[in-house]
Amino acid sequence: MNATHHTVVVTGIGATTPLGGDSASTWEGLLAGRSGVRALEREWAAELPVRIAAQAAVDPSEVLPRPLARKLDRSAQFALIAAREAWADAGFEGRAGENGQVDPGRLGAVVASGIGGVTTLLDQYDVLKEKGVRRVSPHTVPMLMPNGPSANVGLEVGAQAGVHTPVSACASGAEAVGYAVEMIRTGRADVVVAGGTEAAIHPLPIAAFANMMALSKNEGDPEKVSRPYDKARDGFVLGEGAGVVVLESAEHAARRGAKVYCEVLGQGLSADNHHIAQPEPTGRGISDALQSLLEATGLKPSEVAHLNAHATSTPQGDVAEIKALRKVLGSDLDHVAISATKSMTGHLLGGAGGIETVATVLALHHRTAPPTINVDDLDEEIDADIVTGGPRSLGEGPLVAINNSFGFGGHNVVVAFRTA
Amino acid sequence: MAATKEEIVEGLAEIVNEIAGIPTEDVQLEKSFTDDLDVDSLSMVEVVVAAEERFGVKIPDDDVKNLKTVGDAVDYILNHQD
Repeated sequence: MNATHHTVVVTGIGATTPLGGDSASTWEGLLAGRSGVRALEREWAAELPVRIAAQAAVDPSEVLPRPLARKLDRSAQFALIAAREAWADAGFEGRAGENGQVDPGRLGAVVASGIGGVTTLLDQYDVLKEKGVRRVSPHTVPMLMPNGPSANVGLEVGAQAGVHTPVSACASGAEAVGYAVEMIRTGRADVVVAGGTEAAIHPLPIAAFANMMALSKNEGDPEKVSRPYDKARDGFVLGEGAGVVVLESAEHAARRGAKVYCEVLGQGLSADNHHIAQPEPTGRGISDALQSLLEATGLKPSEVAHLNAHATSTPQGDVAEIKALRKVLGSDLDHVAISATKSMTGHLLGGAGGIETVATVLALHHRTAPPTINVDDLDEEIDADIVTGGPRSLGEGPLVAINNSFGFGGHNVVVAFRTA
Repeated sequence: MAATKEEIVEGLAEIVNEIAGIPTEDVQLEKSFTDDLDVDSLSMVEVVVAAEERFGVKIPDDDVKNLKTVGDAVDYILNHQD
Protein backbone atom coordinates (compact mmCIF):
# COMPACT_ATOMS: atom_id res chain seq x y z
CA MET A 1 0.00 0.00 0.00
CA ASN A 2 1.22 3.49 -0.83
CA ALA A 3 2.80 5.11 2.23
CA THR A 4 0.86 8.34 1.66
CA HIS A 5 -2.43 6.49 1.94
CA HIS A 6 -4.30 6.88 5.20
CA THR A 7 -5.96 4.23 7.34
CA VAL A 8 -9.72 4.81 7.65
CA VAL A 9 -11.75 4.06 10.78
CA VAL A 10 -15.42 4.26 11.75
CA THR A 11 -16.00 6.65 14.67
CA GLY A 12 -19.76 7.22 14.59
CA ILE A 13 -22.94 5.43 13.55
CA GLY A 14 -26.56 6.44 13.08
CA ALA A 15 -29.69 4.88 11.63
CA THR A 16 -33.42 5.16 11.35
CA THR A 17 -34.97 1.97 10.03
CA PRO A 18 -38.09 -0.21 10.02
CA LEU A 19 -36.76 -1.70 13.28
CA GLY A 20 -36.13 1.50 15.22
CA GLY A 21 -35.54 5.24 15.15
CA ASP A 22 -31.83 4.97 15.97
CA SER A 23 -28.93 2.55 15.65
CA ALA A 24 -29.34 1.08 19.16
CA SER A 25 -32.99 0.12 18.67
CA THR A 26 -32.21 -1.13 15.17
CA TRP A 27 -29.43 -3.37 16.50
CA GLU A 28 -31.69 -4.61 19.28
CA GLY A 29 -34.35 -5.48 16.68
CA LEU A 30 -31.80 -7.29 14.51
CA LEU A 31 -30.54 -9.39 17.42
CA ALA A 32 -34.10 -10.19 18.48
CA GLY A 33 -34.92 -11.33 14.95
CA ARG A 34 -37.80 -8.89 14.67
CA SER A 35 -39.44 -8.20 11.33
CA GLY A 36 -40.21 -4.60 10.38
CA VAL A 37 -42.60 -5.62 7.61
CA ARG A 38 -46.24 -4.64 8.05
CA ALA A 39 -49.44 -4.38 6.04
CA LEU A 40 -49.72 -0.99 4.32
CA GLU A 41 -52.70 0.64 6.03
CA ARG A 42 -53.10 3.24 3.31
CA GLU A 43 -56.06 3.98 1.11
CA TRP A 44 -53.92 3.90 -2.03
CA ALA A 45 -52.61 0.44 -1.23
CA ALA A 46 -55.96 -1.28 -1.79
CA GLU A 47 -55.61 -1.72 -5.55
CA LEU A 48 -51.89 -2.56 -5.59
CA PRO A 49 -50.58 -6.06 -6.29
CA VAL A 50 -48.38 -5.72 -3.17
CA ARG A 51 -49.82 -4.29 0.04
CA ILE A 52 -46.95 -4.69 2.51
CA ALA A 53 -43.77 -2.74 3.19
CA ALA A 54 -41.15 -2.16 5.88
CA GLN A 55 -42.01 1.38 6.90
CA ALA A 56 -39.76 3.38 9.22
CA ALA A 57 -40.47 2.53 12.87
CA VAL A 58 -40.37 6.22 13.81
CA ASP A 59 -41.87 8.69 11.37
CA PRO A 60 -39.33 11.46 10.65
CA SER A 61 -42.06 14.09 11.15
CA GLU A 62 -42.05 13.10 14.84
CA VAL A 63 -38.33 13.87 15.09
CA LEU A 64 -37.66 16.94 12.94
CA PRO A 65 -39.23 20.36 13.51
CA ARG A 66 -42.04 21.02 11.05
CA PRO A 67 -40.50 24.06 9.27
CA LEU A 68 -37.39 21.97 8.51
CA ALA A 69 -39.26 18.78 7.60
CA ARG A 70 -41.49 20.52 5.05
CA LYS A 71 -38.44 21.60 3.03
CA LEU A 72 -36.94 18.09 2.93
CA ASP A 73 -37.94 15.04 0.95
CA ARG A 74 -38.59 12.07 3.22
CA SER A 75 -35.30 10.51 2.04
CA ALA A 76 -33.41 13.63 3.17
CA GLN A 77 -35.32 13.60 6.47
CA PHE A 78 -34.12 10.05 7.16
CA ALA A 79 -30.57 10.94 6.10
CA LEU A 80 -30.47 13.98 8.36
CA ILE A 81 -31.76 12.04 11.38
CA ALA A 82 -29.21 9.24 10.87
CA ALA A 83 -26.40 11.74 10.20
CA ARG A 84 -27.18 13.73 13.35
CA GLU A 85 -26.99 10.55 15.41
CA ALA A 86 -23.70 9.47 13.77
CA TRP A 87 -22.20 12.97 14.16
CA ALA A 88 -23.03 13.13 17.85
CA ASP A 89 -21.95 9.51 18.35
CA ALA A 90 -18.55 10.42 16.89
CA GLY A 91 -18.25 13.04 19.61
CA PHE A 92 -18.70 16.10 17.41
CA GLU A 93 -20.60 19.04 18.89
CA GLY A 94 -22.14 21.48 16.44
CA ARG A 95 -20.91 22.26 12.96
CA ALA A 96 -17.36 21.97 11.68
CA GLY A 97 -15.54 25.27 12.00
CA GLU A 98 -17.65 26.20 15.02
CA ASN A 99 -16.71 23.22 17.16
CA GLY A 100 -12.90 23.41 16.86
CA GLN A 101 -12.91 19.63 16.32
CA VAL A 102 -12.68 19.36 12.54
CA ASP A 103 -11.66 21.75 9.77
CA PRO A 104 -14.63 22.31 7.40
CA GLY A 105 -12.20 22.17 4.47
CA ARG A 106 -11.22 18.65 5.56
CA LEU A 107 -14.81 17.42 6.06
CA GLY A 108 -16.94 15.72 3.39
CA ALA A 109 -20.39 14.19 3.02
CA VAL A 110 -21.31 11.29 0.74
CA VAL A 111 -24.90 10.16 1.25
CA ALA A 112 -26.61 8.30 -1.55
CA SER A 113 -30.10 7.33 -2.52
CA GLY A 114 -31.15 4.93 -5.24
CA ILE A 115 -34.13 6.89 -6.53
CA GLY A 116 -33.92 10.35 -4.99
CA GLY A 117 -36.93 12.43 -4.04
CA VAL A 118 -39.48 10.32 -5.84
CA THR A 119 -42.37 10.98 -3.45
CA THR A 120 -41.76 14.74 -3.73
CA LEU A 121 -41.76 14.50 -7.53
CA LEU A 122 -44.99 12.52 -7.62
CA ASP A 123 -46.75 14.52 -4.89
CA GLN A 124 -45.89 17.82 -6.57
CA TYR A 125 -47.18 16.51 -9.89
CA ASP A 126 -50.45 15.81 -8.08
CA VAL A 127 -50.40 19.41 -6.79
CA LEU A 128 -49.78 20.70 -10.32
CA LYS A 129 -52.73 18.75 -11.73
CA GLU A 130 -55.13 19.40 -8.86
CA LYS A 131 -54.25 22.92 -7.72
CA GLY A 132 -52.32 24.49 -10.58
CA VAL A 133 -48.86 25.76 -11.44
CA ARG A 134 -48.72 28.47 -8.79
CA ARG A 135 -49.10 25.95 -5.98
CA VAL A 136 -46.12 23.78 -6.94
CA SER A 137 -43.69 24.12 -4.03
CA PRO A 138 -40.59 26.29 -4.66
CA HIS A 139 -38.72 23.65 -2.66
CA THR A 140 -39.52 20.93 -5.22
CA VAL A 141 -36.16 20.89 -7.05
CA PRO A 142 -33.90 20.77 -3.97
CA MET A 143 -36.24 18.15 -2.53
CA LEU A 144 -36.34 15.83 -5.54
CA MET A 145 -32.70 16.05 -6.64
CA PRO A 146 -30.88 12.81 -5.78
CA ASN A 147 -28.01 14.77 -4.23
CA GLY A 148 -30.47 16.48 -1.85
CA PRO A 149 -29.85 14.16 1.14
CA SER A 150 -26.06 14.46 0.75
CA ALA A 151 -26.26 18.24 0.35
CA ASN A 152 -28.49 18.61 3.41
CA VAL A 153 -26.19 16.44 5.51
CA GLY A 154 -23.21 18.46 4.24
CA LEU A 155 -24.92 21.71 5.25
CA GLU A 156 -25.82 20.26 8.64
CA VAL A 157 -22.25 19.31 9.57
CA GLY A 158 -20.48 22.09 7.63
CA ALA A 159 -18.70 20.02 4.97
CA GLN A 160 -16.50 21.88 2.46
CA ALA A 161 -14.06 19.22 1.24
CA GLY A 162 -16.72 17.82 -1.09
CA VAL A 163 -20.31 16.59 -1.06
CA HIS A 164 -21.01 13.67 -3.39
CA THR A 165 -23.79 11.30 -4.41
CA PRO A 166 -22.86 8.12 -6.22
CA VAL A 167 -25.98 6.56 -7.71
CA SER A 168 -26.07 2.82 -8.43
CA ALA A 169 -29.59 1.72 -7.48
CA CYS A 170 -29.44 -0.70 -4.53
CA ALA A 171 -25.64 -0.48 -4.33
CA SER A 172 -25.74 3.31 -3.83
CA GLY A 173 -25.34 3.35 -0.04
CA ALA A 174 -22.33 1.02 -0.12
CA GLU A 175 -20.81 2.90 -3.04
CA ALA A 176 -21.16 6.09 -0.98
CA VAL A 177 -19.25 4.49 1.89
CA GLY A 178 -16.58 3.31 -0.53
CA TYR A 179 -16.32 6.76 -2.11
CA ALA A 180 -15.93 8.32 1.33
CA VAL A 181 -13.22 5.82 2.24
CA GLU A 182 -11.26 6.85 -0.86
CA MET A 183 -11.65 10.55 0.00
CA ILE A 184 -9.91 9.92 3.31
CA ARG A 185 -7.44 7.32 2.07
CA THR A 186 -6.14 9.60 -0.67
CA GLY A 187 -5.93 12.63 1.61
CA ARG A 188 -8.85 14.72 0.31
CA ALA A 189 -10.55 14.74 3.71
CA ASP A 190 -9.98 13.83 7.36
CA VAL A 191 -13.63 13.12 8.17
CA VAL A 192 -16.52 12.10 5.90
CA VAL A 193 -20.16 11.49 6.83
CA ALA A 194 -21.32 8.66 4.57
CA GLY A 195 -24.24 6.36 4.03
CA GLY A 196 -27.47 5.71 2.20
CA THR A 197 -31.12 6.63 2.44
CA GLU A 198 -34.37 5.81 0.68
CA ALA A 199 -38.03 6.75 0.91
CA ALA A 200 -39.95 5.19 -1.96
CA ILE A 201 -43.03 3.68 -0.31
CA HIS A 202 -45.54 5.18 -2.73
CA PRO A 203 -47.97 3.48 -5.14
CA LEU A 204 -45.90 4.25 -8.26
CA PRO A 205 -42.59 2.64 -7.20
CA ILE A 206 -44.52 -0.27 -5.66
CA ALA A 207 -46.49 -0.82 -8.89
CA ALA A 208 -43.31 -0.52 -10.95
CA PHE A 209 -41.22 -2.92 -8.84
CA ALA A 210 -44.18 -5.34 -8.68
CA ASN A 211 -44.63 -5.24 -12.46
CA MET A 212 -40.99 -6.12 -13.03
CA MET A 213 -41.59 -9.10 -10.71
CA ALA A 214 -39.00 -7.91 -8.19
CA LEU A 215 -41.36 -7.69 -5.18
CA SER A 216 -42.78 -10.66 -3.30
CA LYS A 217 -46.48 -11.19 -3.96
CA ASN A 218 -46.81 -13.48 -0.93
CA GLU A 219 -50.10 -12.56 0.77
CA GLY A 220 -49.43 -14.44 4.00
CA ASP A 221 -48.20 -13.02 7.32
CA PRO A 222 -46.23 -9.86 6.35
CA GLU A 223 -43.49 -10.66 8.88
CA LYS A 224 -42.78 -13.94 7.06
CA VAL A 225 -42.57 -12.56 3.51
CA SER A 226 -38.93 -11.39 3.40
CA ARG A 227 -37.21 -14.77 3.55
CA PRO A 228 -33.74 -14.81 1.95
CA TYR A 229 -32.36 -18.32 1.31
CA ASP A 230 -35.69 -20.01 2.07
CA LYS A 231 -37.14 -22.17 -0.70
CA ALA A 232 -40.41 -20.20 -0.63
CA ARG A 233 -38.77 -16.79 -1.25
CA ASP A 234 -40.34 -14.96 -4.19
CA GLY A 235 -39.02 -11.39 -4.17
CA PHE A 236 -38.08 -8.54 -1.89
CA VAL A 237 -40.13 -6.33 0.42
CA LEU A 238 -39.69 -2.59 -0.03
CA GLY A 239 -38.25 -0.82 3.02
CA GLU A 240 -37.36 2.76 3.92
CA GLY A 241 -34.93 4.59 6.20
CA ALA A 242 -31.26 5.52 6.35
CA GLY A 243 -27.95 4.37 7.75
CA VAL A 244 -24.98 6.71 8.13
CA VAL A 245 -21.46 6.35 9.49
CA VAL A 246 -18.74 8.85 10.33
CA LEU A 247 -15.48 7.78 8.67
CA GLU A 248 -12.24 9.34 9.77
CA SER A 249 -8.54 8.97 9.17
CA ALA A 250 -6.98 6.95 12.00
CA GLU A 251 -4.57 9.83 12.72
CA HIS A 252 -7.39 12.38 13.02
CA ALA A 253 -9.41 10.07 15.26
CA ALA A 254 -6.39 9.39 17.48
CA ARG A 255 -5.51 13.09 17.70
CA ARG A 256 -8.91 13.97 19.14
CA GLY A 257 -9.18 10.80 21.24
CA ALA A 258 -12.26 9.51 19.42
CA LYS A 259 -13.65 6.06 20.13
CA VAL A 260 -13.11 3.73 17.18
CA TYR A 261 -15.64 1.06 16.18
CA CYS A 262 -13.49 -0.63 13.56
CA GLU A 263 -11.20 -0.06 10.60
CA VAL A 264 -12.38 0.01 6.99
CA LEU A 265 -9.98 -2.21 5.07
CA GLY A 266 -11.15 -1.25 1.61
CA GLN A 267 -13.57 -2.08 -1.14
CA GLY A 268 -14.00 -4.07 -4.31
CA LEU A 269 -16.06 -2.88 -7.28
CA SER A 270 -17.22 -4.42 -10.53
CA ALA A 271 -20.01 -4.37 -13.10
CA ASP A 272 -21.91 -7.45 -14.31
CA ASN A 273 -22.15 -6.40 -17.95
CA HIS A 274 -25.05 -8.86 -18.22
CA HIS A 275 -28.53 -7.29 -17.97
CA ILE A 276 -30.07 -4.01 -16.82
CA ALA A 277 -31.99 -5.66 -13.98
CA GLN A 278 -31.35 -9.42 -13.86
CA PRO A 279 -28.49 -10.74 -11.73
CA GLU A 280 -25.76 -12.58 -13.63
CA PRO A 281 -26.74 -16.17 -12.70
CA THR A 282 -23.23 -17.50 -11.99
CA GLY A 283 -22.34 -14.47 -9.83
CA ARG A 284 -19.38 -13.62 -12.11
CA GLY A 285 -19.58 -9.86 -11.46
CA ILE A 286 -19.88 -10.39 -7.72
CA SER A 287 -16.84 -12.67 -7.64
CA ASP A 288 -14.90 -10.06 -9.61
CA ALA A 289 -15.73 -7.47 -6.95
CA LEU A 290 -14.76 -9.86 -4.12
CA GLN A 291 -11.53 -10.77 -5.89
CA SER A 292 -10.61 -7.13 -6.36
CA LEU A 293 -11.35 -6.52 -2.65
CA LEU A 294 -8.92 -9.29 -1.68
CA GLU A 295 -6.26 -7.94 -4.03
CA ALA A 296 -6.71 -4.33 -2.91
CA THR A 297 -6.57 -5.12 0.81
CA GLY A 298 -4.33 -8.19 1.00
CA LEU A 299 -7.17 -9.85 2.90
CA LYS A 300 -7.06 -13.68 2.99
CA PRO A 301 -10.29 -15.68 2.65
CA SER A 302 -9.50 -17.44 5.96
CA GLU A 303 -9.64 -14.09 7.78
CA VAL A 304 -13.29 -13.37 6.93
CA ALA A 305 -15.50 -14.16 9.94
CA HIS A 306 -18.80 -12.49 9.02
CA LEU A 307 -20.62 -11.26 5.96
CA ASN A 308 -23.72 -9.12 5.67
CA ALA A 309 -25.13 -10.45 2.41
CA HIS A 310 -27.02 -8.47 -0.19
CA ALA A 311 -29.61 -11.32 -0.18
CA THR A 312 -32.84 -9.52 -1.00
CA SER A 313 -35.01 -12.68 -0.99
CA THR A 314 -35.21 -13.09 -4.76
CA PRO A 315 -34.95 -16.62 -6.22
CA GLN A 316 -31.98 -15.87 -8.53
CA GLY A 317 -30.06 -13.16 -6.70
CA ASP A 318 -29.61 -14.98 -3.39
CA VAL A 319 -28.12 -18.02 -5.15
CA ALA A 320 -25.82 -16.03 -7.47
CA GLU A 321 -24.30 -14.24 -4.48
CA ILE A 322 -23.54 -17.48 -2.62
CA LYS A 323 -22.04 -19.02 -5.78
CA ALA A 324 -19.72 -16.03 -6.10
CA LEU A 325 -18.70 -16.25 -2.45
CA ARG A 326 -17.93 -19.95 -2.83
CA LYS A 327 -15.89 -19.31 -5.95
CA VAL A 328 -13.71 -16.65 -4.33
CA LEU A 329 -13.51 -17.82 -0.72
CA GLY A 330 -13.47 -21.55 -1.48
CA SER A 331 -13.70 -23.83 1.57
CA ASP A 332 -13.09 -20.80 3.81
CA LEU A 333 -16.70 -19.80 3.13
CA ASP A 334 -17.64 -22.61 5.55
CA HIS A 335 -16.28 -20.45 8.39
CA VAL A 336 -18.07 -17.23 7.43
CA ALA A 337 -21.19 -16.44 9.49
CA ILE A 338 -23.60 -14.99 6.92
CA SER A 339 -26.47 -12.71 7.91
CA ALA A 340 -29.21 -11.50 5.60
CA THR A 341 -30.61 -8.61 7.59
CA LYS A 342 -33.10 -7.75 4.83
CA SER A 343 -35.12 -10.65 6.25
CA MET A 344 -35.97 -8.16 9.04
CA THR A 345 -35.57 -4.68 7.53
CA GLY A 346 -36.86 -5.33 4.03
CA HIS A 347 -34.88 -3.89 1.14
CA LEU A 348 -34.08 -0.19 1.53
CA LEU A 349 -32.72 0.12 -2.04
CA GLY A 350 -30.13 2.94 -1.88
CA GLY A 351 -30.50 2.94 1.90
CA ALA A 352 -29.58 -0.74 2.17
CA GLY A 353 -25.83 -0.19 1.89
CA GLY A 354 -26.13 2.45 4.60
CA ILE A 355 -27.99 0.44 7.22
CA GLU A 356 -26.09 -2.73 6.39
CA THR A 357 -22.81 -0.87 6.87
CA VAL A 358 -24.10 0.11 10.31
CA ALA A 359 -25.15 -3.52 10.97
CA THR A 360 -21.74 -4.83 9.85
CA VAL A 361 -19.87 -2.31 12.00
CA LEU A 362 -22.02 -3.22 15.01
CA ALA A 363 -21.55 -6.94 14.36
CA LEU A 364 -17.78 -6.45 14.65
CA HIS A 365 -18.13 -4.08 17.61
CA HIS A 366 -20.31 -6.54 19.56
CA ARG A 367 -18.61 -9.60 18.02
CA THR A 368 -22.05 -10.93 17.20
CA ALA A 369 -23.71 -11.79 13.89
CA PRO A 370 -27.44 -11.04 13.73
CA PRO A 371 -29.74 -13.85 12.63
CA THR A 372 -31.47 -14.34 9.29
CA ILE A 373 -35.16 -14.90 9.97
CA ASN A 374 -37.77 -16.92 8.09
CA VAL A 375 -35.34 -19.57 6.83
CA ASP A 376 -37.81 -22.39 7.50
CA ASP A 377 -36.69 -24.54 4.60
CA LEU A 378 -33.16 -23.69 3.43
CA ASP A 379 -32.70 -23.81 -0.34
CA GLU A 380 -30.18 -26.60 -1.01
CA GLU A 381 -28.42 -24.34 -3.51
CA ILE A 382 -27.40 -22.15 -0.56
CA ASP A 383 -24.15 -23.91 0.24
CA ALA A 384 -22.97 -21.64 3.07
CA ASP A 385 -23.22 -21.06 6.83
CA ILE A 386 -26.33 -18.90 7.28
CA VAL A 387 -26.86 -17.59 10.81
CA THR A 388 -30.40 -18.64 11.80
CA GLY A 389 -32.34 -19.21 14.99
CA GLY A 390 -30.79 -16.28 16.86
CA PRO A 391 -27.63 -14.18 16.99
CA ARG A 392 -24.25 -15.91 16.98
CA SER A 393 -21.03 -14.96 18.77
CA LEU A 394 -18.11 -14.34 16.43
CA GLY A 395 -15.55 -15.17 19.13
CA GLU A 396 -12.28 -13.54 20.18
CA GLY A 397 -9.30 -12.14 18.29
CA PRO A 398 -9.12 -9.94 15.19
CA LEU A 399 -12.25 -10.20 13.04
CA VAL A 400 -12.97 -9.18 9.47
CA ALA A 401 -16.46 -8.64 8.10
CA ILE A 402 -17.69 -7.83 4.60
CA ASN A 403 -20.78 -5.95 3.51
CA ASN A 404 -22.13 -6.82 0.06
CA SER A 405 -24.40 -4.52 -1.95
CA PHE A 406 -25.52 -4.94 -5.55
CA GLY A 407 -27.78 -2.83 -7.71
CA PHE A 408 -29.93 -2.86 -10.82
CA GLY A 409 -27.61 -1.94 -13.65
CA GLY A 410 -25.18 -4.66 -12.58
CA HIS A 411 -23.29 -2.64 -9.94
CA ASN A 412 -21.36 -4.68 -7.38
CA VAL A 413 -19.85 -3.12 -4.26
CA VAL A 414 -18.20 -5.05 -1.44
CA VAL A 415 -16.61 -3.32 1.56
CA ALA A 416 -14.45 -4.97 4.23
CA PHE A 417 -14.10 -3.95 7.88
CA ARG A 418 -11.75 -5.18 10.63
CA THR A 419 -12.00 -4.94 14.41
CA ALA A 420 -9.90 -2.05 15.70
CA MET B 1 -64.74 41.95 2.09
CA ALA B 2 -61.30 43.53 2.34
CA ALA B 3 -59.16 42.58 5.33
CA THR B 4 -58.06 45.23 7.83
CA LYS B 5 -54.41 45.98 8.51
CA GLU B 6 -54.65 44.05 11.80
CA GLU B 7 -56.20 41.07 10.07
CA ILE B 8 -53.43 41.08 7.46
CA VAL B 9 -50.67 41.20 10.09
CA GLU B 10 -52.38 38.37 11.98
CA GLY B 11 -52.77 36.33 8.78
CA LEU B 12 -49.14 36.85 7.73
CA ALA B 13 -48.01 35.89 11.23
CA GLU B 14 -49.88 32.59 10.92
CA ILE B 15 -48.41 31.96 7.46
CA VAL B 16 -44.84 32.70 8.61
CA ASN B 17 -45.38 30.51 11.65
CA GLU B 18 -46.54 27.63 9.46
CA ILE B 19 -43.66 27.99 6.97
CA ALA B 20 -40.71 29.08 9.11
CA GLY B 21 -41.81 28.07 12.61
CA ILE B 22 -41.42 31.63 13.98
CA PRO B 23 -43.82 32.38 16.90
CA THR B 24 -46.72 34.53 15.64
CA GLU B 25 -46.01 37.27 18.20
CA ASP B 26 -42.53 37.78 16.70
CA VAL B 27 -43.96 38.58 13.26
CA GLN B 28 -44.12 42.38 13.47
CA LEU B 29 -44.24 45.16 10.88
CA GLU B 30 -40.58 46.16 11.05
CA LYS B 31 -39.26 42.58 10.85
CA SER B 32 -37.31 41.55 7.74
CA PHE B 33 -38.42 38.24 6.26
CA THR B 34 -34.89 37.05 5.47
CA ASP B 35 -32.89 38.62 8.31
CA ASP B 36 -35.31 38.26 11.22
CA LEU B 37 -37.84 35.57 10.34
CA ASP B 38 -35.75 32.80 8.74
CA VAL B 39 -37.66 33.05 5.47
CA ASP B 40 -35.22 32.43 2.61
CA SER B 41 -35.98 33.26 -1.02
CA LEU B 42 -37.64 29.88 -1.64
CA SER B 43 -39.76 30.05 1.49
CA MET B 44 -40.70 33.63 0.56
CA VAL B 45 -42.40 32.24 -2.53
CA GLU B 46 -44.45 29.99 -0.25
CA VAL B 47 -45.36 32.96 1.96
CA VAL B 48 -46.46 34.93 -1.10
CA VAL B 49 -48.60 32.12 -2.53
CA ALA B 50 -50.24 31.54 0.85
CA ALA B 51 -50.89 35.28 1.21
CA GLU B 52 -52.39 35.47 -2.29
CA GLU B 53 -54.86 32.71 -1.43
CA ARG B 54 -55.74 34.07 1.96
CA PHE B 55 -56.24 37.71 0.96
CA GLY B 56 -57.37 37.32 -2.64
CA VAL B 57 -54.52 39.37 -4.15
CA LYS B 58 -52.06 38.72 -6.98
CA ILE B 59 -48.41 39.43 -6.14
CA PRO B 60 -46.37 39.21 -9.36
CA ASP B 61 -42.81 37.81 -9.05
CA ASP B 62 -41.39 41.24 -9.97
CA ASP B 63 -43.06 42.79 -6.94
CA VAL B 64 -41.96 40.09 -4.48
CA LYS B 65 -38.40 41.42 -4.35
CA ASN B 66 -39.71 44.71 -2.95
CA LEU B 67 -41.36 42.99 0.00
CA LYS B 68 -38.45 43.13 2.46
CA THR B 69 -40.37 43.51 5.70
CA VAL B 70 -43.69 42.35 7.07
CA GLY B 71 -44.82 46.00 6.81
CA ASP B 72 -43.99 46.05 3.08
CA ALA B 73 -46.18 42.99 2.56
CA VAL B 74 -49.02 44.35 4.68
CA ASP B 75 -49.02 47.63 2.71
CA TYR B 76 -48.90 45.79 -0.61
CA ILE B 77 -51.85 43.59 0.32
CA LEU B 78 -53.84 46.55 1.69
CA ASN B 79 -53.34 48.44 -1.58
CA HIS B 80 -54.05 45.53 -3.90
CA GLN B 81 -56.92 43.57 -2.37
CA ASP B 82 -60.29 43.77 -4.06
